[in-house]
Amino acid sequence: MKPITLFAFVGAALLATSGANTPARARLNVVATTPDLAALARAIGGDAVDVKALAKPTEDPHFVDAKPSHIVTLNRADVLIEGGAELELGWLPPLLESARNAKIAAGAAGRIVASHGVTMLEIPVTFDRSRGDVHGRGNPHFLLDPLNVRIIVAAIADHLSRVDPSSAGVFAANLATFNATLDARFAEWQRLLTPHAGAKIVTYHRDFVYLAARFGLDVVETLEPKPGISPSGAHLARVISTMNAQGARVILVQPYQNRRTAETVARQTNATVLDLAQQPGAIARTDTYFDLMDHIVRTLATALVEKR
Amino acid sequence: MTRYLRTAIPFAVAVLLGPTLDAQPSSDSAAKRLRKPDSVAVAPQSAAPAAYMNIGFSGLADFGWSSEASVRSLQRGDHDPAVRGFTIPNMEISLGGAVDPFFRGFVDIVYKLDSEGETGVELEEAYLLTTSLRWNLQIKGGQFYTEFGRENQQHPHAWSYVDQPLVLNRMFGPDGLRGQGARLSWLVPTSWYTEAMVAVFNSVGETMYSFRTEESAEIHGGAPVEREVEGAGDLVVVPRVAASFEPTSTQIVLLGASAAFGPNNSGPATGTRVFGTDVYWKWKSAFAGQGFPFVSWQTEALYRAYDAAERVAADDASAVLPRETLTDHGIYSQLLWGIRPRIVAGLRAEFVSGNTAAFASELRADRTRIAPAFTWYPSEFSKLRFQYNFDDRQGIGQDHSLWVQFEFILGAHAAHRF
Repeated sequence: MKPITLFAFVGAALLATSGANTPARARLNVVATTPDLAALARAIGGDAVDVKALAKPTEDPHFVDAKPSHIVTLNRADVLIEGGAELELGWLPPLLESARNAKIAAGAAGRIVASHGVTMLEIPVTFDRSRGDVHGRGNPHFLLDPLNVRIIVAAIADHLSRVDPSSAGVFAANLATFNATLDARFAEWQRLLTPHAGAKIVTYHRDFVYLAARFGLDVVETLEPKPGISPSGAHLARVISTMNAQGARVILVQPYQNRRTAETVARQTNATVLDLAQQPGAIARTDTYFDLMDHIVRTLATALVEKR
Repeated sequence: MTRYLRTAIPFAVAVLLGPTLDAQPSSDSAAKRLRKPDSVAVAPQSAAPAAYMNIGFSGLADFGWSSEASVRSLQRGDHDPAVRGFTIPNMEISLGGAVDPFFRGFVDIVYKLDSEGETGVELEEAYLLTTSLRWNLQIKGGQFYTEFGRENQQHPHAWSYVDQPLVLNRMFGPDGLRGQGARLSWLVPTSWYTEAMVAVFNSVGETMYSFRTEESAEIHGGAPVEREVEGAGDLVVVPRVAASFEPTSTQIVLLGASAAFGPNNSGPATGTRVFGTDVYWKWKSAFAGQGFPFVSWQTEALYRAYDAAERVAADDASAVLPRETLTDHGIYSQLLWGIRPRIVAGLRAEFVSGNTAAFASELRADRTRIAPAFTWYPSEFSKLRFQYNFDDRQGIGQDHSLWVQFEFILGAHAAHRF
């Protein structure tokens, strides 16, 4: 068999075994880059959507592999929700190039950039990487502010309705239910954290700044000396000194961050290391946004009471 | 015929592009229809729009020493260390962005200093890529690296080692297989990733090493035969199929098979066939921070059949070399271990070989190379790499080299292909 004939045969065989004749699905295929956005899409889309997240809940969302299966997922997406603010800059663009899907092209109804409409924090005055891997469009970890989530779910409902007008009523009803629940939970979260306004906390990365800003907490240090730069001994010595001087007794660490570094600092500051996550599903029984925020707020409030 | 083409070509383009592109609402109209949440004011867009074009710069600098004084005879890749001491093998400007709703454009321009300090410039890549043709098709056109195997399509700053694999150098020359042409790709509608593609290129030029390059005497020993492009038979055709599956949620396997067919210039009607297969496996922790820890394994094996015509020897006009088929094969296999954030250890083993021919080329002799490497990334935008090479060249002997490589990146955040 000639080589060119072999390639033609393989191509024909693949086409014959493909799902090209699969009937169209009634539910929208919604792809979210991260599990938190996927959780919001499920809440708004309900039974009218199938939702898939590209990043795992336990991995660093800045460094997701642009693996080939994601190309297939994006090729079949009706809607793509990305965080934006350069969170996915290192891996989403090559996937979109290969996905060749006009439905999720920039500006299409099927493309949602969650950061659009959100008031971003920490937008650098100048682009200067001597300050670490700062994001030019601001800190991308904005979903830990519940009021930002109100903006994002509204955008999700709007885009889903434009892509699937026949389910617009479902999306509007789910949005109203979500917002009502959010109002109630937000009041509860405020009740739990307001007594700790001004409390000093330390994080590994600058990933809890929106939570801190919304609930009046003070992030006095990060274990990373600068975003994306590994902690050095000299920097950790400064962190320990600052924590002891300012009475910071809580260190927040996500599942993919180096807990041993946090433990080392905690031992010398009489602090508690809190295992928190920004992604639903990273910690048991936190599959929805509300479950996740409940876990974060209650864990934090409990630790701050104990360390008072 | 001309009238037919005037009608048929726009029709074919319209069918391929489809209605979906025209149906996209503008971002302005999207913004107007965006409903505001009930109790929270929507802030205006707080950051300036992105630029029309991403601009990046990556610089590679090498330093080291080899027991072989003529380092170029050992390190034959165009972006390899060239001399004992310092080499600037690759300073690359990358430009990219959306041309319009239908195309994206990319340009890579490389500056480099040769062993005598002279500056060289090459248009490494410059191509257009369609964004959303019908039927999962995609067309690339321009000057670009051929998607033959895995490493050939990567730029030097994406390599995991300091130098070009031996087998790619032997089959595709110092610059790899790239050229002016077009590629049609089809994302096959299977439930797993499968992509089939075919590219066609001009067969002439120094980056068409196994085909009609002026340097082909290195391979067959005869004087190259120049001829005009007369038809499709004078193009190089490069088909490829790649597929991927995930045995577990933390493992990925990517398999590929490639080939390249085209004319060579050992005679007026001779050709070359190159076949290759590649496998890439990666494990990455479900709790990976900054992409670590991980383990990856990458292997490529290639085979070349080069039909050489009866020819006059390039260095002796009285000698005639017989018609024969020169066959070469080779393999490299490399393991990487991302031990913890920003630290990677690696080991690469390589072997290349060729059959006995009337012209005994040093470049077709057996060769083995073993290379452990260690890379430290101070940040995502810089790296420091140490690599030791043990070389064993048939008929020449063994050599030892130690190379240090530094890379820095300026500008747009580099996106990482898998």
